[in-house]
Amino acid sequence: MQTFDVIIVGAGHAGAQAASLLRQRGFTGTVAMVGNEPELPYERPPLSKEYLSGEKPFERLLLRPAEFWRTHEIEMLTGLHIEAVDTEGHQLRAESGERFGYGALIWAAGGAPRRLACQGHDLAGIHYVRTRADVDAMRAELGDTDTVVVIGGGYIGLEAAAVLNNLGKSVTVVEAQDRVLARVAGEPLSRFYEGEHRARGVDVRLNCSVDQIVGENGQVSGVKLQDGAVLPAQLVVVGIGILPAITPLANGGAAIETGGVLVDEFCRSSVPDVFAIGDCATHHNPFCSTGAPIRLESVQNANDQAKVVADYLTGNPQPYVALPWFWSDQYDLKLQTVGLSVGYDQTVMRGDPAARSFSVVYLKDGRVLALDSVNLVKDFVQGKALVKAGAIPDLEALADASIPLKSLAVPA
Amino acid sequence: MSTLIVENRAGQRVSLPAQPSLTLMDIMRTNGVEDILALCGGTCSCATCHVIVEDEFAERVGPASEDEMDLLEYSDHRTSSSRLACQVVFSEELDGLCVRIAPED
Repeated sequence: MQTFDVIIVGAGHAGAQAASLLRQRGFTGTVAMVGNEPELPYERPPLSKEYLSGEKPFERLLLRPAEFWRTHEIEMLTGLHIEAVDTEGHQLRAESGERFGYGALIWAAGGAPRRLACQGHDLAGIHYVRTRADVDAMRAELGDTDTVVVIGGGYIGLEAAAVLNNLGKSVTVVEAQDRVLARVAGEPLSRFYEGEHRARGVDVRLNCSVDQIVGENGQVSGVKLQDGAVLPAQLVVVGIGILPAITPLANGGAAIETGGVLVDEFCRSSVPDVFAIGDCATHHNPFCSTGAPIRLESVQNANDQAKVVADYLTGNPQPYVALPWFWSDQYDLKLQTVGLSVGYDQTVMRGDPAARSFSVVYLKDGRVLALDSVNLVKDFVQGKALVKAGAIPDLEALADASIPLKSLAVPA
Repeated sequence: MSTLIVENRAGQRVSLPAQPSLTLMDIMRTNGVEDILALCGGTCSCATCHVIVEDEFAERVGPASEDEMDLLEYSDHRTSSSRLACQVVFSEELDGLCVRIAPED
């Protein structure tokens, strides 16, 4: 059995960054990174954007060149599925039966896309957007495809819809809620994106649940909604969230909360020498106004939690206090988000959505929690200070886009 | 092959083979330069690929776009020749270009 001082399970942003930072911080022990995909660590956000559209080749997505992992003595164990964690014996077991011993385990396994469970879920032509292989499979079918149904109006679904629409496909988005981005954004932003997609010819169907996927000869031919209507589709893209990859750790006794591995401010799980970071880590975030533990599916979170663990393991523990930020590119719209809007009781619009450059500010008890800025980088950048300070700005001034946010950043 | 010279945060200089039409960020990442985070992958959505262009090249590289300026605005390490590496496309005219990676904000 091979044993490593640190094993990182997951070769996404979080895992790759943890490995890089351990070496940067002078960690001299043995380090292995286990990935269940065949690829070396690569960026996921372009999968629903520039990689799907064909603008960026895969090589441009690699987070590090192959020789980087060799020269930094990170043992890359790709194409390996970890099936079980013996948290007492400090061992991992792979599906292949191989065992690996660890001194510390960094669980950065992310998640798998939530799959359809309805009738027809196994037809050919149904695609997910999580891995390079997912997108390669979709791209291989695009040439023969005219009509696409996207199930799910979250960021992944809308980004994919934008790309497919740009490629000339006839695209319908089916969303179960009464607005797109319902889980992550306030209504003004939802309505804006709904309008932008519709203006470009995307058929956005709200309050629509999928009854089943219909097909012919094993190939998808349409999506049947619960009201009985059938939307024709040669290809279906499903973007309905992820299921965090936690089962091996849960079975190993680690505490699980809201679907993720519960960690403290140093990303330590409830079992000794096991850390969890990235999409699958449930944590208390200082920017979450409700105080409830949350998971964050973002590059920022993956990167900053990786830093927390690397610091901890190299003898410089620093709690996780990083400011959350996100981005989403659709068409020519650059959305940037800072802070966490969860728990807001008020939104303020800065600027005019019709001008396609505006911000939605989220507040709770008058304090700024978060901003969504569309084509307005200035607000995103200057808004950071307001979110960090929990500023209580004058609402009239806040709503006046001609007044720079930095002038409102007085701590309350 | 043209070269891009990068000074990392420890002050070490490396010469990188630089392919025209790639961005400075891509060139640095392809060559395994560690100090460049480039979290947004080159979409001008963050400021984690901040570099400072050596004076003699500043004019040839040109100024930052408005979005880029806005992103750089709050860096404590911004100078008049600051750029985001993902927004500078390398070309043969920039052969020998020297940039310094800005300290982390």
